Amino acid sequence: MQALDHKPLFRKLVVITALMFGFGYALVPLYDVFCEITGLNGKTSDVAATADKAVTDTKRLITIEFLAKPDPKMPWLFKPEMRQIQVHPGEIKVVHYEAENPTASLMVAQAVPSVAPGQAALYFNKMECFCFQRQTLKAGEKILMPLQFYVDPALPERFSTITLSYTMYDVTQHSPAAQGAAVYKTGK
Amino acid sequence: MSTISTDTHPHADHGHHHPPAGFKRWLYTTNHKDIGTLYLLFALTMFFIGGLMAMVIRAELFQPGLQLVQPDFFNQMTTVHGLIMVFGAVMPAFTGLANWLIPMMIGAPDMALPRMNNWSFWILPFAFAILLMSLFMEGGGPSFGWTFYAPLSTKYSGDSTALFVFSVHIMGISSIMGAINVIVTIFNMRAPGMTWMKMPLFVWTWLITAFLLIAVMPVLAGVVTMVLTDKYFGTSFFDAAGGGDPVLFQHIFWFFGHPEVYIMILPAFGIISSIVPTFSRKPLFGYASMVYATSSIALLSFLVWAHHMFTTGMPVFAELFFMYCTMLIAVPTGVKVFNWVATMWRGALTFEVPMMFSIAFIVLFTIGGLSGLMLAITPADFQYHDTYFVVAHFHYVLVTGAIFSIVAAVYYWLPKWTGHMYDETLGLWHFWCSLISVNLLFFPMHFVGLAGMPRRIPDYALQFADFNALISIGGFAFGLSQLLFLWVIVKCVKGGTPATNQVWEGATGLEWELTSPPPYHSFTTPPEIK
Repeated sequence: MQALDHKPLFRKLVVITALMFGFGYALVPLYDVFCEITGLNGKTSDVAATADKAVTDTKRLITIEFLAKPDPKMPWLFKPEMRQIQVHPGEIKVVHYEAENPTASLMVAQAVPSVAPGQAALYFNKMECFCFQRQTLKAGEKILMPLQFYVDPALPERFSTITLSYTMYDVTQHSPAAQGAAVYKTGK
Repeated sequence: MSTISTDTHPHADHGHHHPPAGFKRWLYTTNHKDIGTLYLLFALTMFFIGGLMAMVIRAELFQPGLQLVQPDFFNQMTTVHGLIMVFGAVMPAFTGLANWLIPMMIGAPDMALPRMNNWSFWILPFAFAILLMSLFMEGGGPSFGWTFYAPLSTKYSGDSTALFVFSVHIMGISSIMGAINVIVTIFNMRAPGMTWMKMPLFVWTWLITAFLLIAVMPVLAGVVTMVLTDKYFGTSFFDAAGGGDPVLFQHIFWFFGHPEVYIMILPAFGIISSIVPTFSRKPLFGYASMVYATSSIALLSFLVWAHHMFTTGMPVFAELFFMYCTMLIAVPTGVKVFNWVATMWRGALTFEVPMMFSIAFIVLFTIGGLSGLMLAITPADFQYHDTYFVVAHFHYVLVTGAIFSIVAAVYYWLPKWTGHMYDETLGLWHFWCSLISVNLLFFPMHFVGLAGMPRRIPDYALQFADFNALISIGGFAFGLSQLLFLWVIVKCVKGGTPATNQVWEGATGLEWELTSPPPYHSFTTPPEIK
């Protein structure tokens, strides 16, 4: 019994350990896929939608609320043009957001959306959005950024209000566009 | 019962196996008994260091307002207290018990991988040296809670975070090596005739714990690595600006964290299942159901992690799923409590110190389990979340659960290890002081928690003052009571009434057939299993 070779079992256990380490990392993409399929977590798609589901349903009115805020460490001004809007499901709308870089240097920013209630994110289709790309603003520059969207008519009856919230993050340090430019430093 | 097996072997083959003297004996040792002793002494040291931090916490909370320490240092104390008690006290104590007992219980001469065993212990002091030294760094040690939630640990933490991450890596490697060793030992080294369903329950529970360890400690290693790269190398696993998600941190952490809870309690179940039959002079009631209950608790532990996250805004369906799965765990746990009580039923009970701690375990762990059930109820959890009710819950399961079981185990097997009986009177003093003070310490926390006192704060509203003063007195009394424990151990190691081989009248199992203390090398030829 004691002459038994421990190596095969030892190797299997080491492989399990390595696989579980990999599994920890695999949870990251799995989580994104899971959220995307189920629409949990209020994540909207970062791919432009097409209008093929846009058959207007004039019987319902949905209130869309717009929120926008820069990250606490981000010096930009960032706000929606209007606080809320009423739309019929399927109706294509364009709204604008204002962004201004009040600093004396070029900055690059990325807006990250979140929808509440979370499950409504699956039915909120963005055909064009400033959040699809990074936004580069020169010192003192001010722009109007468009968002074109429609609400899928399949939106369940229990949703009457959808809140769309954007947070604007500074990604200047991670951005090749800012290379060589005088870069405004935020945070650490 | 067979006679002492080692006496049947000549002394001759011991000659070249004598351990080197002095410090090198302990540094180079590959003997499971030496390594078990090292683990247990290390855990005891860490228990007192972590305990001192708890004393700082309780001294600050004795009165409302800030008296002794600043909030940032207070947060370092809660964080490092948690890390030390979980990874430095409870887990190494169980590993020490496993090292001492598993080979003796299954009739093996040593652990299967003795050299790795040496490594898995000796990297541990370095892990905790790194963690403790980080407290003296500029900016202080980790202060984000032992759960190191992002973005607290990734964005708002000090430079000690890197040291924290590396020390957790080392602790993880140590636990994984220990777990692999336990599994290989139990699979390959059982004496002939020691079939699966004849293994003592301590061996069974440790086998299942070891599988939990190799399944989740690598996930912990992964998540601390993500924190490291997010903080220092520009990745965005948990940073929304780069497309990550801080809630993801909580999912990965608790995927490790919940099985971790059972890693800290399943060996305790094994200990209680060894002690209660001995002092009831009856075989354990429902052995097979104990094995199945332990296995099902382990499997269910992978399906309940999000009950730590009810307030993160999960959809109702997920909250209900995790609520029901969590409540389901009460069923196999209830089976265990029932079996222990049924073992005592109409037994010829005596109440020596190990039995006293075991009975206290059964009662107080059940209280901790019940408050866990209250926390599992999703709508109620919104009220209890992050309050002292949670603190009361996990200290009932960890202190009066895991720690009480370890103390019971030490009293139970100390005569076997040292060859001397411990001082029963001192032991009973230790028991009663601990029992009364631990309840004064943790029971009122339920009430202040239900009344809304948040956890992890250095100051609190005035209406909680009286209860907090009581809690602190309980805390100091519990801390001081543990000095009695130290005294009992030192006294017993130094001398005392010689212990018989069986030590306890009702004790059964292979370890009780060896001499007390057992020879340095035991079961060099396998014993006969009946």
